[in-house]
Amino acid sequence: MMNEPALEVHNLTVSYHRKPVLWDVDFALPQGKIIGIIGPNGSGKTTLLKTIMGLLKPDSGYAELLGKPLDNIRDRVGYVPQRESVDWDFPASVMDVVLMGRYRKDNLFKRLSKQDKSIATEALEKVNMLEFANRQISQLSGGQQQRVFIARSLAQQADIYLMDEPFVGVDAATEESILKLLIDMRAEGKTVVIVHHDLQTAQSYFNWIVLLNTRLVACGPTADVFTDENLKEAYGGRLNLLSKMGELISEKEFPLRERGFDDKK
Amino acid sequence: MEALLDFFSFADPNVRLVTLGTVLLGAAAAVVGSFAFLRKRALVGDAIAHAILPGIVLAYVLSDSKNTLVLMAGALVSGWVALLSMDYLSNKTKLKTDTVIGLILSVFFGLGIFMLTAVQHTGRGNQAGLDKFLFGKAASMTQNDVYIFAALSIILILLTFVFFKAFKIVAFNRDYALTLGLPVKLAEFVLATLTVLAITTGIQAVGVVLMAALLITPAAAARSWTNALVSMILIAAFLGAFGGLVGSFISYTAPKMPTGPWIVMALSFFALFSLLFAPKRGVFSKLKLQRKNREKIITENFLKAFYLLGERSGNPQQIISREALLSYRDFPPAEFQFALRTLKKNLHVIALEGGWRLSKTGLEEGARVVRLHRLWEMYLTERMNFKSDHIHPNAETMEHVITPELEAELIKELNHPEKDPHESTIPY
Repeated sequence: MMNEPALEVHNLTVSYHRKPVLWDVDFALPQGKIIGIIGPNGSGKTTLLKTIMGLLKPDSGYAELLGKPLDNIRDRVGYVPQRESVDWDFPASVMDVVLMGRYRKDNLFKRLSKQDKSIATEALEKVNMLEFANRQISQLSGGQQQRVFIARSLAQQADIYLMDEPFVGVDAATEESILKLLIDMRAEGKTVVIVHHDLQTAQSYFNWIVLLNTRLVACGPTADVFTDENLKEAYGGRLNLLSKMGELISEKEFPLRERGFDDKK
Repeated sequence: MEALLDFFSFADPNVRLVTLGTVLLGAAAAVVGSFAFLRKRALVGDAIAHAILPGIVLAYVLSDSKNTLVLMAGALVSGWVALLSMDYLSNKTKLKTDTVIGLILSVFFGLGIFMLTAVQHTGRGNQAGLDKFLFGKAASMTQNDVYIFAALSIILILLTFVFFKAFKIVAFNRDYALTLGLPVKLAEFVLATLTVLAITTGIQAVGVVLMAALLITPAAAARSWTNALVSMILIAAFLGAFGGLVGSFISYTAPKMPTGPWIVMALSFFALFSLLFAPKRGVFSKLKLQRKNREKIITENFLKAFYLLGERSGNPQQIISREALLSYRDFPPAEFQFALRTLKKNLHVIALEGGWRLSKTGLEEGARVVRLHRLWEMYLTERMNFKSDHIHPNAETMEHVITPELEAELIKELNHPEKDPHESTIPY
């Protein structure tokens, strides 16, 4: 089981309004690592994460976690969306939000159990936010909001975590404490996949890197992937011909895949 | 007063009926509307309310009756068609959401008005009163109507209770709910149906034109008073019910007055009042806070003046004259008067012959302000690399803002400095 890839992405093509954002992305990630998905702005990092989490429908290809489609393994996958994706003026306390990590299909119409509350409390403790449990979420700083979202995913008690830009808008001390938490999680055998845009820190944060720019540039152990050549390819702008094709497909309303070639499982 | 007693004795069965009906409508619409408000779908409610009209007229034409249940069924169908059309148009076209909402609202409402006019000219005997749906006519509620509203309101509130967690997570973070594998589509379907139902019942009282107010206004008012979802919904329900009561009462005392518009007026008054006067979130409490800050700044500046003049002379508690204070800084007369009055009241300065001197506590306070000023100047030069001739104006303001916690952090981070960048001693 341990040798099975934590995440396998097979020939994934995704588009927004028919414009391809990811072209035939294909890679596999090992378990028990802290993995960075790196690429310039607009390179499709968030799209990739959202597609893996089933929030976007791919035009072709599929993603599998621990060898299974997401639907069969949801309880073992935690998710941290971008902090700006929600309205923090929503009337809720920190604890309310973290408890959402305990919501399941079979308890959605019931009260949460004492155990759920203990799990959420421990998750808050792990991100050093226990004293803020009853604080209104509108009163949190950016770094605190980020930690609340991470605590919510920890409350899911998953094996694989997908996090979208958890280091954005976070102060240095929080960044360090999040990093420490990630290392602890790895020590427990968890896999953490992180969308990250800061090249400076990427090398020291991640064991394994997926370098992305609409297509896959490289994927592998950090030392192998972090070469000048790869970085130049990922950050040196999008492939001209590829984006021209994308625009053409969008403009002329062509399908991205002919019937029968969509690589779905 | 007599009217009030008469009204609340509910001796008139019709009054009893209409009041009960509007109170239930108000509460139910407010509960469902709270979620529309939190999901930022206020305008969608308005569009659905208008889009219900063609369904009502069509139901009447097909069934040839004005039975409330039949008309409501028609309304429900047309409300749903409008909702689905909005979803389809915003997903499949490049039209922006506000355009889609405006489009659906006007197309459906226009169609409704057209059908209504056509029916009114056919000379059907029983069509009279169909136009009450435009502006509502609470007084025409029958006993049967009220039973239906009561049942629907209870269903609405019960379903909201059952789906509470689902509605909450969908309203806060829909994508996350999806990744948990929760039945988001079901929750949205139920919420949309509840919204259409609430609107369908509500238009009996206030009509399609004013219905959005019944849905959204109580929630907007309630949000000002609380930060907890459950209390927000309860307050909204209470305000909605109370608005219904006020509307019924006014049209009871002045029979020419329409109930619906008065309900909306009452609700709007609650909302306005809340936005202005609610603690913390209200406009006035913000103004009050700003005034308090201004007063804090004025008195602290005075304490600082006393402290610095004392520091200059070598005797920190020296008696300082009005002239000395004014030559230190040109305080406007009003500020001068206010600051000295406050400082004397707090026993920070003591009035003596020839001027005032700092008391012991006043000296400590003055030292604190000066300390914060100098610490912040240190921080600006050391950490932010400001030139020393650029730091004073910034520190002038920040000295009033820094809390004791931040002060401790500053001292720790700067390693307990003895002197500020201008070589003045930092008083601890």
